[in-house]
Amino acid sequence: MPDSPGLELIAHELDSASAGSVLGTYHERGQACLIVNPGAILDVLEWLRDTPGQEYRFLASLHGVDYLPAEPRFGVVYELLNMPRVERLRVRAALDDPGGEQLPEIDSCVPLFATAEFQEREVYDFFGIVFRGHPDLRRILMPEDYVGWPQRRDFPVGGEPVIFTHTEREVPRWYA
Amino acid sequence: MKREKLRSLAPLEEPRSPTDLRVRQLRARDLLRGDLEGPDLERHVAEAVMPTTMSKAIGWARANSIFPATFGLACCAIEMMSMVSPRYDIARFGAENMRASPRQADMLILSGRVSIKMAPVVRRIYDQMLEPKWVISMGACSSSGGMFANYAVVQGADKFMPVDIHVPGCPPRPEALVFGFNKLQRMILGNPDPGWRRRYNAIGTEEWARPGTGTATEEEAEAYAAARELSVAYDSARARESRKGPA
Repeated sequence: MPDSPGLELIAHELDSASAGSVLGTYHERGQACLIVNPGAILDVLEWLRDTPGQEYRFLASLHGVDYLPAEPRFGVVYELLNMPRVERLRVRAALDDPGGEQLPEIDSCVPLFATAEFQEREVYDFFGIVFRGHPDLRRILMPEDYVGWPQRRDFPVGGEPVIFTHTEREVPRWYA
Repeated sequence: MKREKLRSLAPLEEPRSPTDLRVRQLRARDLLRGDLEGPDLERHVAEAVMPTTMSKAIGWARANSIFPATFGLACCAIEMMSMVSPRYDIARFGAENMRASPRQADMLILSGRVSIKMAPVVRRIYDQMLEPKWVISMGACSSSGGMFANYAVVQGADKFMPVDIHVPGCPPRPEALVFGFNKLQRMILGNPDPGWRRRYNAIGTEEWARPGTGTATEEEAEAYAAARELSVAYDSARARESRKGPA
């Protein structure tokens, strides 16, 4: 795990390698995180993977987050691991919500990490984040004809209202 | 209720006199010649003891030799599996032989939550089973969605397929499932348990709500009555269809 100065060092080197790629860093509970520009995500991941001294060769997980009231709204999180040193580094791409029917887009990292293929499909399935250049971007867990992005915060929880004796006046009934 | 209906269809006049038997024999001969028509024919069929006894015997045979489908959906399936084990021993009731093919099975136990992706699969398995077939919905999830009130789970399996018995529990113990299975057997025998319906004097209210209690306004009561009429008409139409057999 890079400590706080180590994280700043990585951020600095990364920013000089590809300018404007790092938007911020934070280090909390012993975990290091780089917040990066989604446009430069492939450069960042490739640099972290291939630069001697970094060598975060293993993508342990890739997932999406919806921070709805906050801006930018979406995050795509890459958990990188350097296996010989057992060091973990989190990279988070901050994505804006384009609004309306449009979906947020980010480059696919399948060319760098083959494991990302299914995980990017999962993020697409639940958050509606489009990965440009993904070889086979379609739903993976929900039925293919499902409409909506169920893990977004503005998606209704679902289920059905249950009629209890104390709510039977409010809940609409089947014959109404 | 069912028994009364049976009795009205086939009145048993006892003791039967020898002349009565003679009359019946003559009538049977007329039937075989094709001379028996109209109300006489109806009466003869209604009085024939054989079909009712036969259907009882068939029901008895069916109820005591049920082949459940090997089909587990979620955690309830663990309880379903232990139902077959020597400890609970469903073999006592003749249903220990789980068939791996729906074509050979005649009971489906929905053991667990049905996700919306699984629902078409379950429905297909049900459709592939041969008639007669029965379904036990096991546990809270498959009966009502249970704790999974979310976007991924069907809120009650009877939304997409008919269910004969609902066994409550989360998960139900194997004993509960065996109890539900025994109820199903009595249903197949044509003698279903009224259960709470007897306690609450609610016999004859199946499938629709009773007007009066629980209805606040007159409109609601009317809506109930209309829905009940529709439901009765639909049921009798379906019964006619099924008597006709497949087209």
